[in-house]
Amino acid sequence: MRDQPGTAPLLEVRGLAMHFPITEGMVVSRKVGDVKAVDGIDFSIARGETLGLVGESGCGKTTTGRCILRLEKPTQGQILYDGKDISRLPQKELVGLRRRMQVIFQDPYSSLNPRMKVGDIIAEPIRVHGLEPDPRRRRDKVRDLLSVCGLDPKFADRYPHEMSGGQRQRVGIARALAMDPEFIVCDEAVSALDVSIQAQVVNLLEDLRERYHLTYLFIAHDLSVVRHLCQRVAVMYLGRIVEMAESDELFDNPMHPYTQALLSAVPVPDPRVEAGRQFRPARGEIPSPINPPSGCVFHPRCPMAVDNCRKARPTLREMRPGHWVACSEVK
Amino acid sequence: MPPLLEVRDLHTEFRTGAGVVRAVDGISYTVDPGETVAIVGESGSGKSVEALSIMRLIPNPPGRIVSGEVLFDGRDLRKLPEEEMRAVRGRDIGMVFQEPMTSLNPVLTIGRQITETLEQHQGATREDAEKRAIELLEMVGIADSRRRLRQYPHQLSGGMRQRVMIAVALACNPKLIIADEPTTALDVTIQAQILELMKSLTQRLGVAQIIITHNLGVVARYASRVNVMYAGRIVEAGTAEAIYHDPRHPYTVALLKSVPRLDQPRRARLDPVEGSPPDLTKLDGGCAFRPRCRFAVDKCATAYPRLETVGEPGHLAACFRSGEVAAARENTRESAA
Repeated sequence: MRDQPGTAPLLEVRGLAMHFPITEGMVVSRKVGDVKAVDGIDFSIARGETLGLVGESGCGKTTTGRCILRLEKPTQGQILYDGKDISRLPQKELVGLRRRMQVIFQDPYSSLNPRMKVGDIIAEPIRVHGLEPDPRRRRDKVRDLLSVCGLDPKFADRYPHEMSGGQRQRVGIARALAMDPEFIVCDEAVSALDVSIQAQVVNLLEDLRERYHLTYLFIAHDLSVVRHLCQRVAVMYLGRIVEMAESDELFDNPMHPYTQALLSAVPVPDPRVEAGRQFRPARGEIPSPINPPSGCVFHPRCPMAVDNCRKARPTLREMRPGHWVACSEVK
Repeated sequence: MPPLLEVRDLHTEFRTGAGVVRAVDGISYTVDPGETVAIVGESGSGKSVEALSIMRLIPNPPGRIVSGEVLFDGRDLRKLPEEEMRAVRGRDIGMVFQEPMTSLNPVLTIGRQITETLEQHQGATREDAEKRAIELLEMVGIADSRRRLRQYPHQLSGGMRQRVMIAVALACNPKLIIADEPTTALDVTIQAQILELMKSLTQRLGVAQIIITHNLGVVARYASRVNVMYAGRIVEAGTAEAIYHDPRHPYTVALLKSVPRLDQPRRARLDPVEGSPPDLTKLDGGCAFRPRCRFAVDKCATAYPRLETVGEPGHLAACFRSGEVAAARENTRESAA
């Protein structure tokens, strides 16, 4: 859509929608509605790029990541990975794809098997995919991965509960890297970590991206981390992308009223800045995605809403080079 | 004017399989009437245990308040009989916790949770209590309060539930509210609404607040004074201005530098605090931050530095080398400029 000429995007999402049916009735179940978790979104990620996907709970950012990983089968739309539509691939054909795309989850406490040693956790995908049949070479690879992720290779013989949260998250990263992937979905990968540890892991992700030429989809609700780590950012609200731009451009010149409300809600760690800041909390709460508002989904909370916002669904328009906004009132 | 709350040399420990953990290891600070004081720290720093110790809510066993005084409004809360302490909780000191779903009773209506407090502490009749409950819900911004009274916690959103918690905390006109990570579980736009609500209500009603949080942004926006905790102790204390713009403890400096900021452009790399938080069962007599500290010298291993005044009055830091810390900061500022 908007990449440097000559470089095809690694990932392109077109009109992606994921609706979960709501059923009623215990004997004969019938469909009574849909949760529109993702409702028609388009974006692309260039090779080597980090795209941030931000929004509050229920905005559909995690479901988007799961669709791309094909942990869900999307209701509608195309997911072009390296030029090939993977949105309808049957399970059998996904195996090869799974090697190329990996995921790092939020909670390093529940995403690592507590009964397995760290070395086995990292070696398992290598073994399952038959990448390194020789056990000794496999062990060497695990040790390499641990040290690349900043852990002592001795940790291979430990269990996850013997490690701190930051160390466990490094294990999760090592496991994702075990397959030599090219694309990694980081789903709130640093959200559960303490501030002092979070910066270490953010730096690690950045180093790994350069070293292995990785491409990231970085899903997060912490906007400060996103501004630091991502080249481009897409803001989601109730299943739709409302704004998308280069990172510094989006944070310095937010145009969509939702993005503006979101940014003004984040307190900055500096009392002088805070004292001089204009602060407008968005009114009301996020509506249910079961019956989302008509037209622009943000209109019930929007300070700029006019009659037309209740009727017409705004599409993304390019207001400045590379800066896309879905709001009909932004001029 | 004497402080509303004065905590003096408080020690709380837990007996665990791995040994004794001194979760709170000699903490002293004050809260003035109507003032908002923050306690900042990362997981395991002891900030929540410290708050629970004030309220005498430490489960025993395994926990135990070992020593210290908690002077509230002229009385030492540690010496009160349990009966009187129960009257202090909820009446004189209100509490707001992180997870409103677990701190509200799931089988009682919203209304009942508020009226119960009022009947218990103020001997209000059912009718008066209900009237007051409606007022309180309106005050915390819950529309349609009559209908909400009949609902149960699970029928409310997270933000609504936290508003109810605030209504319960304010029900008996307390002098102090202790809020332990009050907005950590909430989305950022809802977080902002709740913090603004707490700020405006405590200002209007003249209630003092202790906000316990790991979020340095929340502290900068809402607190007038800040206590920074590390491994069970306060390592630095002062006004928000002093802590953020003239930090004297290496941990405070490192913590502030490690957070990415929303108002600053992308940087090549973040500047993390290296190493891991300490194992609280293995603390020695030296400074607990020493293994992660770039200012550490031999002395730091043998003695624990006391909190001492640095710079302006009321600004305290527990570091032998706070002078060097300030000088190093000056230097980096000059070389950057």
